Amino acid sequence: MSEVLHVPTMAEMMAQGKQPEILFWVGCSGSFDDRAKKITKAFVKILNNANIDFAVLGTEESCTGDPAKRAGNEFLFQMQAMMNIEVLNAYEVKKIVTACPHCFNTLKNEYPSLNGTYEVMHHTEFLKSLLDAGKLTISGGEFKGKKITFHDPCYLGRANNVYEAPRDLIKKLDAELVEMKRSRANGFCCGAGGAQMFKEPEKGTKDINIERTEDALETQAEIIAAGCPFCNTMLTDGVKIKENTTPVLDIAELIANAQDL
Amino acid sequence: MNLLAQLFFAVLLIIGFGFFTINVKKLIRNIKLGKPVDRADNASARWNNMFMVALGQSKMVKRPLAAFLHIIVYVGFIIINIELLEIIIDGLFGTHRIFAGLGLLYNILIGSFEILALLVLIAVVLFWMRRNVLKINRLSNPDLEGDPKKDANTILYFEMVLMTLFLVMNAADFWLQQAGVSHYIQAGSFPVSHFISPVFNGMDENAVHMIERACWWLHIIGILGFMNYLYYSKHLHILLAFPNTYYADLNVKGKLDNLESVTNEVKLMLDPNADPYAAPPADAVPSKFGASDVHDLNWVQLLNAYTCTECGRCTSSCPANATGKKLSPRKIMMSTRDRLEEVGKNIDANNGVFVPDNKSLLNDYITPEELWACTSCNACVEECPVNISPLSIIIDMRRYLVMEQSAAPQSLNAMMTNIENNAAPWQYNQMDRLNWKSE
Repeated sequence: MSEVLHVPTMAEMMAQGKQPEILFWVGCSGSFDDRAKKITKAFVKILNNANIDFAVLGTEESCTGDPAKRAGNEFLFQMQAMMNIEVLNAYEVKKIVTACPHCFNTLKNEYPSLNGTYEVMHHTEFLKSLLDAGKLTISGGEFKGKKITFHDPCYLGRANNVYEAPRDLIKKLDAELVEMKRSRANGFCCGAGGAQMFKEPEKGTKDINIERTEDALETQAEIIAAGCPFCNTMLTDGVKIKENTTPVLDIAELIANAQDL
Repeated sequence: MNLLAQLFFAVLLIIGFGFFTINVKKLIRNIKLGKPVDRADNASARWNNMFMVALGQSKMVKRPLAAFLHIIVYVGFIIINIELLEIIIDGLFGTHRIFAGLGLLYNILIGSFEILALLVLIAVVLFWMRRNVLKINRLSNPDLEGDPKKDANTILYFEMVLMTLFLVMNAADFWLQQAGVSHYIQAGSFPVSHFISPVFNGMDENAVHMIERACWWLHIIGILGFMNYLYYSKHLHILLAFPNTYYADLNVKGKLDNLESVTNEVKLMLDPNADPYAAPPADAVPSKFGASDVHDLNWVQLLNAYTCTECGRCTSSCPANATGKKLSPRKIMMSTRDRLEEVGKNIDANNGVFVPDNKSLLNDYITPEELWACTSCNACVEECPVNISPLSIIIDMRRYLVMEQSAAPQSLNAMMTNIENNAAPWQYNQMDRLNWKSE
């Protein structure tokens, strides 16, 4: 942890007359949530280690508007989108990578018709592409032989049909990937999407994250892997409530930890 | 067959198809109450969807047993209807088994109709048992209490009776052929009904003839009746699955539409040169944001509602429903159709004009509690075998609640205020966004 992270901002790069290859869109959760910040750092360590030419928006980044849009506030969403697009276009951003499937979905699918067209990748897709290009090597490290189950984030899986990239990365850890009874297109939501993260659930018989955590624990996995900061929170809470100690880790954390970064 | 019977048959056909046409027109009128949405693009992808999803039933196979039984009924329905052509010609012209001249091909056709009819009968009985004896959760949950349950069983009884009539008719025909009764030419093969025909042994020729005729008439009357029952039942999917899959949203499921009316206003708000006091252009229709009633939904959403066959796969995969929340995506579709029907009847009763009835889809049919329970996870959209999107209706109704009524739950209002004030859903300062770097 003593290692200093190299995180240039777009503004700094521009001042030096440079244009980074990719913009790392950190997202609100990755910027502010204590648990998610660890994911952000893990991902940056991988980027630094692989000498990826990237930058962040830093204080110029703002919410994509996803939770507002899903809550029904199209005004607020479009205000956010147009302000973000103005910033992104001013920096002539071409390619965006983000560790949040909600930001990923919004930037990729809902910004283009508002004049914001970029190549947008989820960090698991990006890491997979680095791996394929030989820019990243993944070794099992501490995860060798461990049983890992992967929870499909709705906004990565069903919403955008990305199912294989995170699984390919887990398999590269020499770990045993075990599937939950509901996975891929049948994956069961963690309960956070559609702005649910920011409100109490409606009256029911059970919380959705508990139902999903039970799916995960049923696999007897030693680690629950996630690819979304919100899913991570929901499942971490679920594991706690179930009085279990199975760690919930993001794919980026798994890779960074395996490499001892 | 005498002339009177032929005339009666013709009148029957005219009434049957005439009434059906009236209802189809009503159906189209009701669907057109929806707002316009452009789904004319990318015809090849749309045909492909229709071919794979509706005709090929590619999404049914997720639940193999139901898919297997359903494909039998589906293929049976299509193939056996070839027989309908012969029935109509025979009925109008007083002929009997007009296609018998096809010889071997005719035998093969009639033989395969019979086998399919038996399989359909078995499948339908199993369907009935899944619904009424095994009480499969999605087929017996509270969404279906009352009329929907009766409707589902009525359809099954209809099919049972039609298949039975068809087989008994053939059995009697076969018996009469064997007895050498004139008019009953030796034609067709009867792999199933020849097992039934011995029950007529010892009966009077005329009695068997009466039975054959009765089954023939009841069969065609039943088919016409079933066709006309469609509009009043959940069974419209046998027709509407095709346009529904054709016009379904082709975008990835995660993509929601961006409301154009909002875009215009937001652009104006962000434009430093805009005059905030300028009068709106004269042709600007005051638009309503989101949907509180069926008129506010688009026509594809209304087509979705008529297409829904209430199979409940959406609801059985819904995380909110699975954890005891009020939301049921199937009920969203059923409520939308119920309200649309009510609006349609209102228009019929008032000379083609809708007279406000102090009711709306929101509150009277769908409560905010249901809408706010949705996680927008798209499980319902993924599940639907005919590409219906309950989620799009939920989002449009949330839009109305938030943008027209400011009626979001308090915690969501706080979230939105945060985004407005400090560009994040939580109360953190935008200037602290990069603090993680050095923490």
